[in-house]
Amino acid sequence: MLYTENKPIEEILESLGKEENIFLLGCNGCAEVCKTGGEKALSAMTAELEKAGKNVTGTCLVDFLCNKMLVTTRLTRQMHKLQQSDSILVLTCGIGVQTVSKVINKVVHPAANTVSLGGLQGLWPAEERCQACGDCALDYTGGICPITFCAKSLLNGPCGGAKDGKCEVDKEKDCGWQLIFERLQKIGRLENLKKVRSPRDHSKMLPSSQLRQTSFYDIEV
Amino acid sequence: MKLSELFKQGKFVITCEVGPPKGIEIEKILDELEPLRGKADAFNVTDLQSSVMRVGSLATCRLLKDRDLEPIMQLTCRDRNRLSLQSDILSAAVLGIENLLCLTGDHPKLGDHPAAMPVFDLDSVQLLLAVKSLMNGKDMAGNELEGQPPQFCLGAVVNPGADPLEPQIIKMAKKVAAGAEFFQTQAVYEVDKFARFMEKVKSAIGGKVPVMAGIVFLKSPAMAKFMNENVAGIHVPDEIIDELAAVPKEKRVEKSLEISARLIKQLKDLCQGIHIMSLGWERHIATVLKMAGL
Repeated sequence: MLYTENKPIEEILESLGKEENIFLLGCNGCAEVCKTGGEKALSAMTAELEKAGKNVTGTCLVDFLCNKMLVTTRLTRQMHKLQQSDSILVLTCGIGVQTVSKVINKVVHPAANTVSLGGLQGLWPAEERCQACGDCALDYTGGICPITFCAKSLLNGPCGGAKDGKCEVDKEKDCGWQLIFERLQKIGRLENLKKVRSPRDHSKMLPSSQLRQTSFYDIEV
Repeated sequence: MKLSELFKQGKFVITCEVGPPKGIEIEKILDELEPLRGKADAFNVTDLQSSVMRVGSLATCRLLKDRDLEPIMQLTCRDRNRLSLQSDILSAAVLGIENLLCLTGDHPKLGDHPAAMPVFDLDSVQLLLAVKSLMNGKDMAGNELEGQPPQFCLGAVVNPGADPLEPQIIKMAKKVAAGAEFFQTQAVYEVDKFARFMEKVKSAIGGKVPVMAGIVFLKSPAMAKFMNENVAGIHVPDEIIDELAAVPKEKRVEKSLEISARLIKQLKDLCQGIHIMSLGWERHIATVLKMAGL
């Protein structure tokens, strides 16, 4: 069970910037329980975006957005609507956002912050990792997590220690910031790197008592 | 004295690196700097360089100050969270240190305590912003400092040999915006490549921020090959390795110093200063400077 909390709508609108046509993708797994994914969250977000003058090109609910195969199958059916969209707003945890970014060459925006992995974790695909930092940065980094992909969890760019694209800590491991750089280049968002990211708020990693009282949590204990 | 004053005067600034010892006998290292009095403008004291535990930068900087040698305190994000970093910055001001070089720091896994927790609560850009905030009389949480705020000249680092270079330049611009007043670079052996880097800096940042090219003495052909294989952004061209390998072992030191002096001469017109990382060859720095006409 991954605990997620909605990002403030102001932050979401700021990240969408001038993009007008937005596709909404919600998760019906853990995020549904946390009220960040699911049917209700999708409708609420559709209303919020329309209120802000955005065009919601389509919505899609997938049972587990962490399941790459499932996401690929479901998104294939939505290809026409996706092609008309400037970006995808993903209503789920950090794993789900990374999965979507992996399977489709579109700009993705996270709508939630992942604050805890709880007890039972979501499906853990090959590379995507989430440390539940509580302040999802995937929007800024093109869907590749700087907290888990960079050995130093740097937020403002590479340390300069990578050699031939590999991390100074492990020659077998790709430099996370090089992957982010290449991804941002590919989706035409290199200017994201110029923004200064503030230091992390580590207190965000503590899930609220409300969040810990979900039905899933009760069953686990 | 702040390093920024020297750049303002148009001086070609020379700094040297000092690595504190692993143990408490520090006099030897300090004594080796004596021949550089009046020749080097300031001395960078490393902060647990290569993630190897040793005497700290703050104490060593103060000892340099006591000898009337100008210290630059290196500050990395590897070992301290923001509470500790801000506290050490205030402590540095209390001890009369005026120059800070802010950097990310190597990962602990590269050093002699690979199991240590990598902290990195802040990154280098955020560290510069933290110092800047203290200089404006507020800590990172926005609390007011009592009395006069500290004042520092802030430095940062850049790797001109990084591939790709563009993210380095973007980050460099962020560091300038965050308050960096000068840059020291990773070791340079390819003058043409460095010239192209400086062109890019000029178009991205405007060439207003002084850059000091890094010089590392090549102690042997093996060291050059090791760096080529293992150190990010360093490439010693084959001609230089062959040049060093062609002389008999007893002439190696002389040849190495000659190569460094030649590089300094070639780089002098491209940048605003040089930063010498002698790695134990402190005793040879004065000779190289003389050979380079500085």
